Amino acid sequence: MHIMEGFLPHPWWEIWFAASLPFVAYGVSRIGRMAREQRETLPLLAVAGAFIFVLSSLKLPSVTGSCSHPTGTGIGAILFGPWITSVLSTIVLLYQALFLAHGGLSTLGANVFSMGIAGPVVGYLVYRATQRFNLYLAVFLAAALADLATYVVTSLQLALAFPAADGGVLLSLKAFAAVFAITQVPLAGIEGVISALMFKYILQARSEVLLRLNVISKMDLARLQGGMT
Amino acid sequence: MKGELIALASILIFFLAFLWTSQSGLHEWEGADSKAEGVIEELTGGSYTPWLKPLWEPPSGEIESLFFSLQAAIGGLVIGYFLGYYRRKTEGGN
Repeated sequence: MHIMEGFLPHPWWEIWFAASLPFVAYGVSRIGRMAREQRETLPLLAVAGAFIFVLSSLKLPSVTGSCSHPTGTGIGAILFGPWITSVLSTIVLLYQALFLAHGGLSTLGANVFSMGIAGPVVGYLVYRATQRFNLYLAVFLAAALADLATYVVTSLQLALAFPAADGGVLLSLKAFAAVFAITQVPLAGIEGVISALMFKYILQARSEVLLRLNVISKMDLARLQGGMT
Repeated sequence: MKGELIALASILIFFLAFLWTSQSGLHEWEGADSKAEGVIEELTGGSYTPWLKPLWEPPSGEIESLFFSLQAAIGGLVIGYFLGYYRRKTEGGN
């Protein structure tokens, strides 16, 4: 989903910077507040960030015959919400822009928007909407759809910047989505499964912090403990 | 245990899909990001040139994979450290 350096013309790169900046800035202030008031959550924040590091470094082959990578933002979105996850994603995207020439500084705003904001917002909402049915299924759906949404938004960003001469944005969107979104479908599935497994480990280790973060309710916990032991 | 089995099965299916795709024709397995570059070229008739170059590019594929592995290693280390730390804490003892 990385839009390469210099590949978004004026005014689009500025627009996406403007869209992402307030989000990330608010996320930074949320992290600051958490660091002062809820210190016990910081290790989990590190784990959520590290999860993005690992998953977004894995380039996987897909059924379309090309490679792409998961985003790993689902866990962060579920645990800490999209604001904070946008900050974690920005760190990863900066690392990749500087050391790997993946993505770029001029396209950072757009990439943060797709991976750090759009994906996590979708993931967060999906988790909240489905958590009452089954926690793990909710995590699976949230992570998979966050991944997919990221790539759909990337396609949209490119389509807006490069509308087809005849057929316009819609035709471009189809062309970019054919490259990004379809490749991503199996990867999103894998990402969903791995995120659910990760969530299980976090839950086993630190269920009381998840309670405090309002990720799970007392009822969820009672139900799980009834089933787990 | 159930979660691990489901994950294992999914990875297996993923791998089989890869094998299946590999057999049905020639694929280059290039990154979707660079494929998108091709689409941009098609849409603009090759008239678009990026207005900015990366500050630094890994000089070779090996060095690029070094930084990718480093990224994964840092992440894996942090996850392993904290999950291990928590485990020790909940199990107690010394």
